[in-house]
Amino acid sequence: MTTPSEAKSSVRASTAASNMRLGPRLRQSLRRYPSLFFMPALLIASLAITVAVHPQFSDFDLQSLAMGALPLAFAAAAQTVVVISGGIDLSIGSAMAVANVLAASTMEKASFGESLLLAAAVLIVGAAIGALNGLIVVLSRIPDVVATLTSGFILGGVALLILEKPGGGAPQEFLNLGAGTLFTSWLPNALVLLVVAVGVIWIPLCRSKLGLQLYAVGSDRIAAFRSGVNIDRTRFVAYIFSGLFSAVGGLGLTMTTGIGAPLAGVYYTLSGLAAVVVGGVSLAGGRGGMVGPVMAAFVLTLIPTDLIFLNIDPNFGQVIQGTLIVAIVMIGGFVEARNRK
Amino acid sequence: MTGQARTVFSRVVAAVGGGGLVSLLRTRTIVALIALLLAFVAGIEVARPGTVNALWVSNMMLFAAPLGIVAAGQTLVMLTGGIDLSVASVATASAYIMATHSALGVAPAILYGLGVGFVVGLINGTGIALLRVQPLVMTLGTGLMTEGMLVVYAQKKMAEAPRVPQFIEDLGAGKLLGGIPNDLVVWAPIAIVIILVLRRTGYGRLLYAIGDNSEACTLAGIRVWRILLVNYVTCSLLAAAAGLIIVGGTDSAELSLAEVYLLPSVAAVIIGGTSIFGGRGGYSGTIIGALILTVLNSILTLLDVPEPVRQILYGAIILLLAAAYTRLTG
Repeated sequence: MTTPSEAKSSVRASTAASNMRLGPRLRQSLRRYPSLFFMPALLIASLAITVAVHPQFSDFDLQSLAMGALPLAFAAAAQTVVVISGGIDLSIGSAMAVANVLAASTMEKASFGESLLLAAAVLIVGAAIGALNGLIVVLSRIPDVVATLTSGFILGGVALLILEKPGGGAPQEFLNLGAGTLFTSWLPNALVLLVVAVGVIWIPLCRSKLGLQLYAVGSDRIAAFRSGVNIDRTRFVAYIFSGLFSAVGGLGLTMTTGIGAPLAGVYYTLSGLAAVVVGGVSLAGGRGGMVGPVMAAFVLTLIPTDLIFLNIDPNFGQVIQGTLIVAIVMIGGFVEARNRK
Repeated sequence: MTGQARTVFSRVVAAVGGGGLVSLLRTRTIVALIALLLAFVAGIEVARPGTVNALWVSNMMLFAAPLGIVAAGQTLVMLTGGIDLSVASVATASAYIMATHSALGVAPAILYGLGVGFVVGLINGTGIALLRVQPLVMTLGTGLMTEGMLVVYAQKKMAEAPRVPQFIEDLGAGKLLGGIPNDLVVWAPIAIVIILVLRRTGYGRLLYAIGDNSEACTLAGIRVWRILLVNYVTCSLLAAAAGLIIVGGTDSAELSLAEVYLLPSVAAVIIGGTSIFGGRGGYSGTIIGALILTVLNSILTLLDVPEPVRQILYGAIILLLAAAYTRLTG
């Protein structure tokens, strides 16, 4: 039997031991998730560059950055869930466009309360779109690249059907959810919305059994199957979450632009995937988190902004984005090959 | 009926009669594809009697040729287990650069256009073959780069409006005396060469081998990277050539010219029976796939529905076809 003092000392010893282990543990988690360290560094660096080339960086610049990055961050979040489960979703941009035009065309004359209800409906539609994608991929066995490329094409048609030309609108209070600021002018609502929405959806998911299953299926499908994970169901659920995040992104697009545009979404499929790659999520599946891609969305938004400040054609932004994706994947492959040795 | 034909015929009848229709389709998927194509054509003729005539067939060939050429490159790449998502951007860039250099004369302008394809293909190939980037990411990246560069270039060249030379216009929209479209004259040799290369040459065998098991190929002493490099350059060159034909058909170089060709180029290959995971399929299936998609487009045009509905139907039918095909060949 141990005396209280002995027990206390053993507790103290174990805390000391865990403190001692913190160093190596940190290093280990850094090695496992390099983006945990790399992404904040990249974000801070690109913010520093922005301030350097544009010294009068003001609260207004921060607001436009947050608003610009909001839809892209959600597109990246949508892609992240699917990519972690070992799939890919090339329909995200079109799903966002559908949510965007659906919101803008129905909310035009709605009150604030009604618009919130409509937003909830749009979220349900988004999840349904994701479910449909998941069903197609799981049931038809068409490779996910082809299936979602095609469903994206179909959704593009749906968006055009809902709203032929850019237009529509939403009540000012609703737009303010994405365009306004909270407490001080240095805290854009867009940022709050992003953190809250991603946190509310992602944190419970990745803490749950389902989240673990997502990672398991993404990293080794056969091993996951043998451990009793329902592969088809897990992949299906991943697409539902992708649809849900896309719908939030579409709503974000409505808030930040004030209108619905049937063709606005196209850009977000590829750029969202770029943010996922830059954010350290392995396209092979099973590795990466949500923080990296969301931060990468900000970095990718800052690039064209900086180019404008530097008086360079902002269209080079797309070139840089393309180069960045390729470079990061190359470096990642290189590091992995070296670690294996 | 000759004896040989009779035996083939009786074997087909036996296979069908013996409840082996599915197994026949499974082993001879090209038969199923051709039957589907004919069914589509018959459908048009029933819905609008008199539509299907020599002129219609010639027009279908005219429209199918650029898709067939883009899909040819896509087939080569998919046989090795890759994919090229930059084909549409390459085709657009090739057409645009050709059009802005038309003052130099037709031949140099075409060379400029194909040069775009060569450069992008070389970058794709280097990344995928030598630096082992996944094809999806690599071609996505180069597609973005090409598009961005093109937009910048277009703004710089504002004063010098792109002009499509007469020769290219004839190539993309003209027909020979017998009603044979000019672009078929480009497509047919390409098709024959690709089918022969895939079936008869070591290079073709290697493409299948790499798609099946690239590790084994490396261990067998094959320089896989060389094959892949050549393959991606070929794919981009074909996309660039298709871009020239497309711009000849529309007669105006725009920045979104070939965007609509990305999905059909992948779909034609998949419907044509080439596995996206590599090692299985061939170009003859892709040709039929391209023809099916072109006829499908023509059906939807005849239906006279608004553009968005057309887009939805087109995508839905592609999904159905791909699903049926994946089920059939399992």
